[in-house]
Amino acid sequence: MTTARPERLWRRTVAGVPYLWLLVFFLAPFAIVLRISFADPLIGQPPFTPFYDEAQGIQLTADNYRFLTEDDLYWVSYLKSVRIAAVATLLCLLIGYPMAYGIARARAVWRNVLLLLVILPFWTSFLLRVYAWMGMLSGQGVVNKTLLALGLVDQPVQILYTDLAVYLGIVYTYLPFMILPLYATLERLDGDLLDAAADLGGRPRQAFLDITLPLSVPGVVAGSMLVFIPALGEFVIPSLLGGLDTLMIGRTLYDEFFVNRDWPLASAVATVLVLILVLPIVVFQRFSQLDREVTR
Amino acid sequence: MSQPGGKAPANSWENPAAEPFIRIRNLSKTFDGFPAVDGVSLDIYQGELFAILGGSGCGKSTLLRLLAGFETPTAGEVVIDGVDMAGRPPFERPTNMMFQSYAVFPHYTVADNVAYGLRKEGLGKAEIKDRVAELLELVQLQDFARRKPRQLSGGQQQRVALARALAKRPKVLLLDEPLAALDRNLRERTQFELMNIQDKLGITFIVVTHDQEEAMTLATRIAVMDAGRLVQIGTPTEIYEYPNSRFVADFFGAINLFEGRVEAGDPSRIVCAETGVLIHAEPIAGQPLPETLFVAVRPEKIRLSREVPAGEGMTVMHGTVEDLAYYGNHSVYRVRTDQGKLVQVSSPNAHRSAELALEWDEPIHLSWPRDCSVVLTE
Repeated sequence: MTTARPERLWRRTVAGVPYLWLLVFFLAPFAIVLRISFADPLIGQPPFTPFYDEAQGIQLTADNYRFLTEDDLYWVSYLKSVRIAAVATLLCLLIGYPMAYGIARARAVWRNVLLLLVILPFWTSFLLRVYAWMGMLSGQGVVNKTLLALGLVDQPVQILYTDLAVYLGIVYTYLPFMILPLYATLERLDGDLLDAAADLGGRPRQAFLDITLPLSVPGVVAGSMLVFIPALGEFVIPSLLGGLDTLMIGRTLYDEFFVNRDWPLASAVATVLVLILVLPIVVFQRFSQLDREVTR
Repeated sequence: MSQPGGKAPANSWENPAAEPFIRIRNLSKTFDGFPAVDGVSLDIYQGELFAILGGSGCGKSTLLRLLAGFETPTAGEVVIDGVDMAGRPPFERPTNMMFQSYAVFPHYTVADNVAYGLRKEGLGKAEIKDRVAELLELVQLQDFARRKPRQLSGGQQQRVALARALAKRPKVLLLDEPLAALDRNLRERTQFELMNIQDKLGITFIVVTHDQEEAMTLATRIAVMDAGRLVQIGTPTEIYEYPNSRFVADFFGAINLFEGRVEAGDPSRIVCAETGVLIHAEPIAGQPLPETLFVAVRPEKIRLSREVPAGEGMTVMHGTVEDLAYYGNHSVYRVRTDQGKLVQVSSPNAHRSAELALEWDEPIHLSWPRDCSVVLTE
């Protein structure tokens, strides 16, 4: 049976318009950033050389990219960002997997309640919650007061403005993004498969390693991407909770744009960041394709 | 009705000296106060192909899961080959299960699926390889060893599940609705394959099914379940010809039921309450009969004739043909008796041009001998 033409057109519009929206508002700014990254900085408005000049013709320079390789600052920032994002993702996975597993195995009545609790923090603004962490982690904050009261420390410990605070902030913020896709994969795991494994001699731990874990890989990948990608470019958390040496690329980028007002260099930093992010997204795409094949 | 080739130690259930291989005693399982399995006691003998039959929600699958060890009984015991199964997890039982959903591991190849149980047993690589090859040959999947389940048809996946369940040479193979998901042709073939495999390996099979035809053709014995309890246990013939209740009579194929009373003093003469017709039956010995009882007659036991049938102990009714359906090998007639009761009759088309070519609205006599009347008290 073929679909009537107006209906097909309608379907394409409904699916296509939001895509167009996303595409336009990603590609257009990216094109602008890309173009600026090949310009020279100027003192003026706008603060970079024009693309085309009557006198000099088309002006393009790779100086900014060359500079990125010359100054350690940028590579340190990139590497530190990747490291923090990767460690935070791993922590989210270690904390989130048992939680997702527990929710998926809970009785049906409890499942929705437990899921609600996972997304409950979203009812408060992200920024407010990060500020709340600042309060809690500060010298007179609840964390230090508790440590002092328990006699575990003699004087307040420096937690705020350290890497530890950044990890706490990122893991806390992004944990739900790890749990939800993991829950989705674990929940639809066919219980008969585990029964079959047990029936054939797989003890619970082995059945988990043989069946549950491999079949939940798509959820692990999805959750990891959802945590890793935004964590890599995270700006708010390292700015508010991190110390001066918590050089994440988001902060470096901010400084280049707004403190140094070197738009072309900042644009180059941003372009490289996008390239670093494209790689995991491609991996993610591949895995979700595998997922579709496995689950048909 | 074909009897399966279950060359099980002939009819061991009839031999009082035979030790049952599986003893189930007062087994119960309650889910949130609801009894899914309610006081089931059952003996199953070595080499039997035993069917547990019942409608959906009758507790048959729960009973199977209790045997496999996926559920813990609320009360009662299961003894397999002399060993009490209480507290034994599935991986410590001599049973293996073929799931209704097949439960084939989607991320393993066919060969790895079959090898799973053997690997968990810790067998050597060479031995596993031999056994897997042997099993794949048994289920005719030798050319599919390296395929992933998603590349197989439903019937092939089922054969993977069967080979995998047989791999560990279980003493008892549990099959949950083994034919339910197959189309008609494949069902018949699989049914005979299952019977052959059972015959070849001599493993005790316990099959759960909702399909009475499947149960009858497959099984050496059948247990009929209703609302968590066993209603009747017997060979297919016993259950078909001598049902012990209206439920069983009705569950197994078509049946005509007449409600009636015993005519004063003579338990072989029952007066049909609806029609007033006298029904002849074999006298029931022993127990006093209740006031009202039922007579069940299978459609194929009733004879149709134009002339008045004669004979001692014949139950005779008169009516008109209201409906007829031609099935090739037999025809089914629905006859409305003069008293208004609809009776179903099925008669074989033994000759090419039936000597009794009945037409719609034709007046006709119905009759059956007394030994075809099944008297039911419940």
